[in-house]
Amino acid sequence: MMVNSCLLCGVGGQGTVLASKLIAFAAMEKGKRIRTAETIGMAQRGGCVVSHVRIGDEIFSPMIPLKGADILIAFEPAEAVRCLPYLKDGGTVVVNQKAVRPVTASLADSGYDGKEMIAHLKGLPIRLIVVDGDAICQKCGSPRVLNVALLAAAAKSGALAMTAEELKYAIQKRLPEKFHQINFAAIEAVEIETERNPIV
Amino acid sequence: MKQFLMGNEAIALGACHAGVRLVAGYPGTPSTEILESVAKQKDPDIYVEWSVNEKAALEVAAGAAYSGARTMVTMKQVGLNVASDPLMSLAYVGVKGGMVVVVADDPGPISSQTEQDTRTFASYSKLPVFDPSSPEEAYQMIQDAFTLSEEEGTPVLFRPTTRVCHSCADIEVLDQKPAFPAPEGFMRDTARFVIFPKASYQNHLRIEKRNPLIGKRFSSYRYNTLTGKGKKALVTGGISTAYAKEALLGYDGEFLHLCVATPFPFPEELGRKLLNEVDEVLVLEELDPVLEKALIFLCGKYHFDVAIHGKLDGFVPAAGENSVEILKNAMYEFFDDFPRPSRPEAVLEDLPVRPPVLCAGCPHRASFYAVKQAMKGRKAVFCGDIGCYTLGNAMPLDMVDTCLCMGADVTIAQGIRRVDPDTTCFSFIGDSTFFASGITGVVNAVYNQSDIILIVLDNSTTAMTGHQPHPGTGQTMMGTISEKISIEKILTAIGVTSVQTVDPLNYKAAVKAVADAAKEKGVRAILFRSPCIAVVKPEKPVVIDREKCVGCKKCIRDLGCPALMMNDNKASVEESLCTGCGLCSQICPTSAISKEGK
Ligand code: SF4
Ligand code: SF4
Repeated sequence: MMVNSCLLCGVGGQGTVLASKLIAFAAMEKGKRIRTAETIGMAQRGGCVVSHVRIGDEIFSPMIPLKGADILIAFEPAEAVRCLPYLKDGGTVVVNQKAVRPVTASLADSGYDGKEMIAHLKGLPIRLIVVDGDAICQKCGSPRVLNVALLAAAAKSGALAMTAEELKYAIQKRLPEKFHQINFAAIEAVEIETERNPIV
Repeated sequence: MKQFLMGNEAIALGACHAGVRLVAGYPGTPSTEILESVAKQKDPDIYVEWSVNEKAALEVAAGAAYSGARTMVTMKQVGLNVASDPLMSLAYVGVKGGMVVVVADDPGPISSQTEQDTRTFASYSKLPVFDPSSPEEAYQMIQDAFTLSEEEGTPVLFRPTTRVCHSCADIEVLDQKPAFPAPEGFMRDTARFVIFPKASYQNHLRIEKRNPLIGKRFSSYRYNTLTGKGKKALVTGGISTAYAKEALLGYDGEFLHLCVATPFPFPEELGRKLLNEVDEVLVLEELDPVLEKALIFLCGKYHFDVAIHGKLDGFVPAAGENSVEILKNAMYEFFDDFPRPSRPEAVLEDLPVRPPVLCAGCPHRASFYAVKQAMKGRKAVFCGDIGCYTLGNAMPLDMVDTCLCMGADVTIAQGIRRVDPDTTCFSFIGDSTFFASGITGVVNAVYNQSDIILIVLDNSTTAMTGHQPHPGTGQTMMGTISEKISIEKILTAIGVTSVQTVDPLNYKAAVKAVADAAKEKGVRAILFRSPCIAVVKPEKPVVIDREKCVGCKKCIRDLGCPALMMNDNKASVEESLCTGCGLCSQICPTSAISKEGK
């Protein structure tokens, strides 16, 4: 089997680790071999965090080699751009459009708001899926569903080794029951959105 | 049975399956989850504790190992410095029950002060060391480490690195732990358990004789493997073995590959077998050139005319983490026919930088800010320490002038004050660090009549590493409640005459406390007590009145709270981050910020 590699990136505290655990769980259920690597430590305090998820038979390194990721799931626009070297040529990028402005940017008045990052991504020869994570979180009433919303969009794209159904199952098995409904709502919101704006 | 485990969980489970009875440690990235995962097993046969520091952990475990129990100690690499006093002696005395000291190294370093290499410490302390290359190897090797320890009667080091600790894999594990006999208890044997110069001389002789035999044993150890054929060879260890295998996918050139899972005592026979066949070797490892030097040593000892490449001749970088790419580049240089690695395209240049910062609502921000304001325009030095509060160094707080090692804030401040008598010297220490190694520094200050202001940042947890209990929290790792140890009472008992306890989120009171302390002489202490935001429920976010806000940016420029930013020339609050700590509302000159409903 080919290796499917997914890089999740974002800012410490955004919930990338849980997202990678859900993908891993789905792969385990299918009897696949899997390796992941997480950022744990100082960077979790608002720094850049990445989770590497690799599924397939012949995997040795838990870290995805450069130009090795089939899909990049970015919780923040600048982090998507930062992690582009990991993406395979013509790979898929799922990106949350809302910027997390670092303190350094607020102090320096840089005016960073993520728009220039999205514009940059749009100019690249990649498959780009921009997700309005904020809108979905507001609709579902919790900022905590961002990770599942992004996973749902990634699952829809077909580039991730997990379908929306498998994602639902993973949520059922891995998350406390009280979080099931809001996360299912997030998946549904993404589905409605992709029906309106089909992923190409 | 297959389980999806993080390297640290695999080590924990392996230890449980090897019949460990006592596990003690001190939290530190990347080692922390090992002990926590053992505790999660809730095995009634296993006692688990977060000790007050690594030295205490090692000594507790030594006592249990003297009594025949299998024990494990966990720490990060710099923790080994703290534990090295008992460990150096224990290497001579030895153990009865198997004892594995797990020391997680942190190449990069990603979350540490140093890039020290526990393999080097192994040869210095003359203790065998295991170096797993993956979580599944770690699960198996920790069990082998217990066996070796018990058979040889010596503590054994086990050294995973960050990428082994924090990577996960699907691992085949035992369905349940095998049965182990109960330990026999402590048997008096003074010749053995009382360390004495004469006995140490004998023990030294014994160890020097033993280690080459262990090296021999390691030459046939299942995770030290020699494969392939050819005139060139790769030698790899730890996670670099995994990176090398990844880098070599699709390459079909001829070469030998020696994977070393036990760097010390070096498996000499295996090494000689390799050197006999090849002309050139490339060594791929992280941190110190341990394997590289072992091979160079063998070349000299047995007169092999083989070129050894690695860190020492600049073939691979001398410091930092390895990666598949770094290894590919080295292989491209080394092999005649290795494909040229592709260069990744450059990323956009002006990406926002994102250094880690104190969380929104973190009480440490309030404490640092209060001290900063109280000391404005006066000569002061701020000595910091290890923990979340090291992040007080970031702009705009910029309140950490020194940071060395656990507990050093208290003592460095004393030294600076001796040379710089007209400076007010502050030391900032967290509650967990205070218990771990701050108390002796305070005793030193009082006894030697120093003149410092000790700021204890008491957030009632060990926040940086993920909220472990400590003596001040009133909880133990076994889930029992114990009497909280009062920092105020300790300070008073030591003889600190001025001890104030203040809520740092009460801005005026906090500044006053510092100003008052600054007027006095001697050792003064202020306890800034407010819980870490991660252990209490947040309050409602503050609201900013856009009419009142004049856009002066004082709140942003002074505090650097990640929840505050400018939008259309007015301050705004990111509600998902704001904890409603209220600090910004107390410093806004136009009172534009308020807590909801107030
Ligand atoms: S109240 Fe102010 S300082 Fe406190 S977390 Fe909210 S925005 Fe930050
Ligand atoms: S300090 Fe007050 S007036 Fe100044 S920018 Fe902040 S909220 Fe607005």
